Amino acid sequence: MKCNACGEREGVVSLTQIVEGDVRTVSLCAKCAAEKGIETGIGLSETPLGGFLAALGESADPDAPLAAALEAGCPSCGATLRDFRETGRVGCAECYRAFDAPLRELLRRLHGSTHHTGMRYQGSEAAPAPAAQDRGTRELREQLRLAIEAEHFEEAAQLRDRLRERE
Amino acid sequence: MIDLSMLPDGGMAWLEASGPGSHLVVSTRVRLARNLDRHRFITRTDPREREAILTEVEQAAASTTGLGRAVRFRVDQLDLLDRQLLHERHLVSRELAAPETGGRVRPGAGLLVQDRTSVMVNEEDHLRLQALRSGFALEATWGHVSTLDTELGQRLAFAFHPEFGYLTSCPTNVGTGLRASVLVHLPGLVLTKEINKILQGLTQVGLTFRGLYGEGSEVVGNLFQLSNQTTLGQTERELLDHLGKLVRQVMEYEERARQILVRDATAILEDKVWRAFGLLRYARTLSFEETMNLLSGVRLGVGLGLIPNVGMYTLNKLLVFTQPAHLAAAQGRVLADEEVPVRRATYVRRVLEAEVGRRGSSAESPPTQG
Repeated sequence: MKCNACGEREGVVSLTQIVEGDVRTVSLCAKCAAEKGIETGIGLSETPLGGFLAALGESADPDAPLAAALEAGCPSCGATLRDFRETGRVGCAECYRAFDAPLRELLRRLHGSTHHTGMRYQGSEAAPAPAAQDRGTRELREQLRLAIEAEHFEEAAQLRDRLRERE
Repeated sequence: MIDLSMLPDGGMAWLEASGPGSHLVVSTRVRLARNLDRHRFITRTDPREREAILTEVEQAAASTTGLGRAVRFRVDQLDLLDRQLLHERHLVSRELAAPETGGRVRPGAGLLVQDRTSVMVNEEDHLRLQALRSGFALEATWGHVSTLDTELGQRLAFAFHPEFGYLTSCPTNVGTGLRASVLVHLPGLVLTKEINKILQGLTQVGLTFRGLYGEGSEVVGNLFQLSNQTTLGQTERELLDHLGKLVRQVMEYEERARQILVRDATAILEDKVWRAFGLLRYARTLSFEETMNLLSGVRLGVGLGLIPNVGMYTLNKLLVFTQPAHLAAAQGRVLADEEVPVRRATYVRRVLEAEVGRRGSSAESPPTQG
């Protein structure tokens, strides 16, 4: 069945509408559906990350509204987790810090590891690698993770504040 | 139209079939994904930022040995045919070149090529460094790309995370950013119907396979691109060694399958490879897919010593030059759809005639290998 909106592409989603008591079913292609803001799930399942991305957010803290978690922007590029879920692409290097927990989990699932063991970037003449500082930050972050896992929230709050100071 | 003769060997030294194991392996490619720390990743950039990225990369590359003499292409300013040519030569990805009719190229898309190394700029990542060599040559290919990485890394600030490693636009490439792939010809495993089992096995041990044109491309002519699936958690060396070990194993299986075919199905096998040769030698129209499949038959025949006097180099060249944009470029104009299969067949006939004729031999009485 052709898409009722453009009449060109094959319809992939049927939409049942009730207009003034009449039940109408229209068929839309992925593109027209996307333009109308209807999720077909098609773009997503085409990417290998699809399954994970679709689930992203579902496992978020049940107390925090899902929408808020998805809309929080990266302080550097403004990209949100929703953007990532839609494109499968990360906005900038800082996003890996801003969305540390979900991306860490994704890396673990994709690669079976989150620890790079290969060549370490030595830094350029213009920008030497800030290795020393990062190491401290990394340790703090690891301690924070352990504190949260052990539900030592007071300690976690202190660690979080120290991390914020550094960053 | 761009003049690809500017490139040494037209950027196609990988076709020369001089590398190790080139009766089974067409080429080896290694690529590294890198991003600049101070710029947003591609999906968040605007044309102006991509322009700045391109300029930075070009300036940095100018003083490297790996790309100091590089030929530069503004891929975003090339017309469709030229972009298709670069894509058919494996110099650019589908993502960078948008080689389909009506395809939109990202403004700022660029390419630098020198000898066996090249860099795509403003592809999915800011930089995609790659090296391509003939035959099964992981070590040498890695050497080229790693040297270039060091040189560029001294001049550009790459995005690197102390724990995750090199950061990339897509999390599937994080860590080493390394994807090594080996293009192998496996007709024996296809004919003996072993191939599915083997491919399935490979995916269980961290390898992935693709067609001739990488991600999303179909397998044609029994050519499989085998590459590492993950990029994080193992060193570059470990990833390369693992791939190398498995490719060697696949090559052994392929050799064994060929021996079985020679032993148990000699007549069928000879008939198959000679039919393929005959069709390529005399057909008047050829589709791309048919050509790829027939070339596979001839390649098998040459590999087994059944078909004399046809070089692997010629067969490799046919893989590239029988593609639509190359046929069009040879005519100096865009070809009508119905004209392409005719031009292709004419071209193949001429090349094979020259090859067999030049070597002063007929294909009538092939020596059979013991």
